[in-house]
Amino acid sequence: MDTLASLADGFAVALTFQNLMLALVGCFLGTIIGALPGLGPSNGVAILIPLAFTLGLPATPALILLTSVYYGAMYGGRISSILLNIPGDEPALMTTLDGYPMARAGQAGEALAISGLASFVGAFFATWGLVFLAPQLVKVALLFGPAEYFALFVLAFATLGGIASRNQAKAAFAAALGLGISTIGVDGQTGVPRFSFGEVHLYDGIDFLVAIVGLFALSEVFIFLEHRAGGNGSDRSMKVGRVVPPWKMVRATLPAMGRSTILGFIAGVLPGAGASLGSFISYTFEKRLSDRNGTFGKGDPRGVAAPEAGNNAAAGGALVPMLALGVPGSGTTAVLLAMLLALNITPGPLLFQQNPDVVWGLIAALFIGNLMLLAMNLPLVSLFVRVLLVPTRYLMPAVAMISFVGIYGISGSTFDLVVMVAFGVIGWVLRKLDVPLVPIILGVLLGDQMEKNLRRAMTIHNGDWTMLFDSWLAIALWSFAIIGFVLPLIVGRYLRPKLADEPIAEGADPD
Amino acid sequence: MSDRIFGVFGLLLAGFYLWQASVIELSFISDPFGPRAFPYIIGVVLAIASAVVLWKPDTEPEWPAFSRLFEIGIAAAVMIAYAMFLKDYGFVACTTVAAAYLSWRLGARPVSAAIAGVAIAVGIYVIFHLVLGLSLARGPWGF
Repeated sequence: MDTLASLADGFAVALTFQNLMLALVGCFLGTIIGALPGLGPSNGVAILIPLAFTLGLPATPALILLTSVYYGAMYGGRISSILLNIPGDEPALMTTLDGYPMARAGQAGEALAISGLASFVGAFFATWGLVFLAPQLVKVALLFGPAEYFALFVLAFATLGGIASRNQAKAAFAAALGLGISTIGVDGQTGVPRFSFGEVHLYDGIDFLVAIVGLFALSEVFIFLEHRAGGNGSDRSMKVGRVVPPWKMVRATLPAMGRSTILGFIAGVLPGAGASLGSFISYTFEKRLSDRNGTFGKGDPRGVAAPEAGNNAAAGGALVPMLALGVPGSGTTAVLLAMLLALNITPGPLLFQQNPDVVWGLIAALFIGNLMLLAMNLPLVSLFVRVLLVPTRYLMPAVAMISFVGIYGISGSTFDLVVMVAFGVIGWVLRKLDVPLVPIILGVLLGDQMEKNLRRAMTIHNGDWTMLFDSWLAIALWSFAIIGFVLPLIVGRYLRPKLADEPIAEGADPD
Repeated sequence: MSDRIFGVFGLLLAGFYLWQASVIELSFISDPFGPRAFPYIIGVVLAIASAVVLWKPDTEPEWPAFSRLFEIGIAAAVMIAYAMFLKDYGFVACTTVAAAYLSWRLGARPVSAAIAGVAIAVGIYVIFHLVLGLSLARGPWGF
C-alpha cells in the first residue's frame, strides 16, 4: 500500500541517532512541562519554538523535538491531576475526577499506571488514524481553489468561536483582533505600508512568535503574580506505591480506553474542538455507559482511563486538519502551526507532495515518541512526581526569562521584547474578561493566508463577490461555517464542557 | 460593568482601525480588491462583536484588589526595563535582577529570591549560551 510505503520511508528518516535523541529529549521535557502546574502543551511548546528556531535545527529534527514535547505534555498533565487534584493543563481536568480519589485511597501508583497506559492507547491508535485519514483529506484539499480556502479559514474561526467558546461575541472579537494584528506591516501584494504609523519596526509586521509567547507564557506569569501562589505544599508527600497495574484492572479498563480513543479522535479532527473537549466527551460518555454502581467520581479506574485515552487521541486527531489543510483546530495545534511557519514550511496538500520526508518523518517520530513515553512513564513516574515540588516562585521567573531569551534570540531587538511584554499584559486582561486567546493566535497566524486567498479569488474573477460562493465545495464550507457558529447558540450548551464554566478556566491553559 | 467598558473600548478600537484603514495609501498598481478591503471587513467584524458584548455583558469577572493590580503593573514595568537595559548591562546582570524581583514578588524571601535570580541567570547562560551556542546580549563585561 502507498501509505504504508510512505510510512516506512518516514521511519527511515526518523530512525537516525540525532532524531531519536531529540525525540527522547522532547518526550522528557514535554512530560515535565505537562506535569508542572501552569505550564501546558500550548505555552510549553510556545516557549520552545523560538529556541528550536534560533538553535538552527533543520525542519524535520525541529519538528520531531517539538511534537515530542506536545505528546509528552499530554502525558504529563495527568500526574498533578492524580496526585494533587490540580490539573497540570486543561485537558487533564477530567482526570482529577477519578484520579485524585484513587490516589487518596492509596492507589496512586495504579492510577498513574492506568492513565499512562490509556494515554499510550489513545495516542497510538490516533496516530494510526492520522496515517490513514490525512492522505484522504489531502485528496479533497487538492480540489480547493482560493475561494474554497478562504471559506475554509472562515470555517475554522466560526467553529472555534461557536463550539469551543463560552461567548461567541468575544470569540469573534478575538478573531478580528488577531486578524487585525496580522494586517500590520507592508502589504505583500501592492507594497504599501499598513497600520505602521511611520514606525520602521512595524513595517515587517508583528512576528507571530512574539504574540504567542507574550499571550500564552507571559500572561501566565501575571496570573501567578495576581494570585501569588506561594506556599501550597501541604499534602504533597503523596505515596505513589507500585506503578505496575494489576492485569485485572487493565482488562477492566480496556473497553473504556477503546471507546474513548474513537470518540477523542473524532473530537480532535473536528475543527474547533481540541484535547479538552476530547477528554470531556470521553469521560461523560463512559460515565453514562458503564457507571452502574455509582463508582464514577469516587475512584473508578475506568474514569481515569477514559479521559486520558480521550485527550491523547484528540491530540493526534487534531494533527489531521493541521497537516493536511494547514488549518489548526485548537490552541496547541495553532502553536504547532506557528512552529511550521517559523521553519518556513506551509502545511497543506502541497506539503504531502513536495516534502513527504517531513510529514512522514514526523508521523514516524510520533510512533517512536509514544513508545518512549510509555517506557518512560511507567518506571520513571516517581522522578516526574518530584518535579511537582518545584515551587512556582522559582519556576515562573525562569519561565519568563526563558521566554525573553527565545524572542531575543530570533531578532535581537529590544522592540520585540517590549511588544511581547505588552502582549503579556493584554493577554492577562483578556483572560480576566473571559476573551479566548486561541482565536487571536489563529488570526495572527492565518490572517496573511486568508487575505491572500481572498484577493487571489477576486483577481481571478475581476472583483466579482458572488464568485466566492460559486462552487459546491465553497457553498458546503460556508454552510458548515454558519452552522458551526450559529447552532451552538441555539442548541444551548450541550456540547461544551460544563466544568469549563468554573473560574478554573481563567487561569488554565487554552486547549 | 467591565464588559460594557470593554465593549466601548472595542468600538473605539474598531473605529480607529477603520479610520486607519481608510487612510492607507493606494499604490498605482493594484489588484481589483486593493489593500483596504480586507481591513474594512475585519474592522466591521470587530465593531459588531464589540457592540454585542456591550449589549449583552457577561457576569462581572473577579478583579483583584488595587494592590494586586499595582503589583502586575510594576512587574510589567520591570520587564520593560529589562528589555531596555539588556543591551547596556548584558544578559547575566539584567536577568539576575529581573528574575530575583519576580521570585521575590511571587513569595520567596529576599535572600532566597536573590539566590534564585543568580541561579536562573547563570543556569540559562550556561545551558543556552555555553552548551547550545545561542547568542545572548553581551554587556560591558562580556556576558
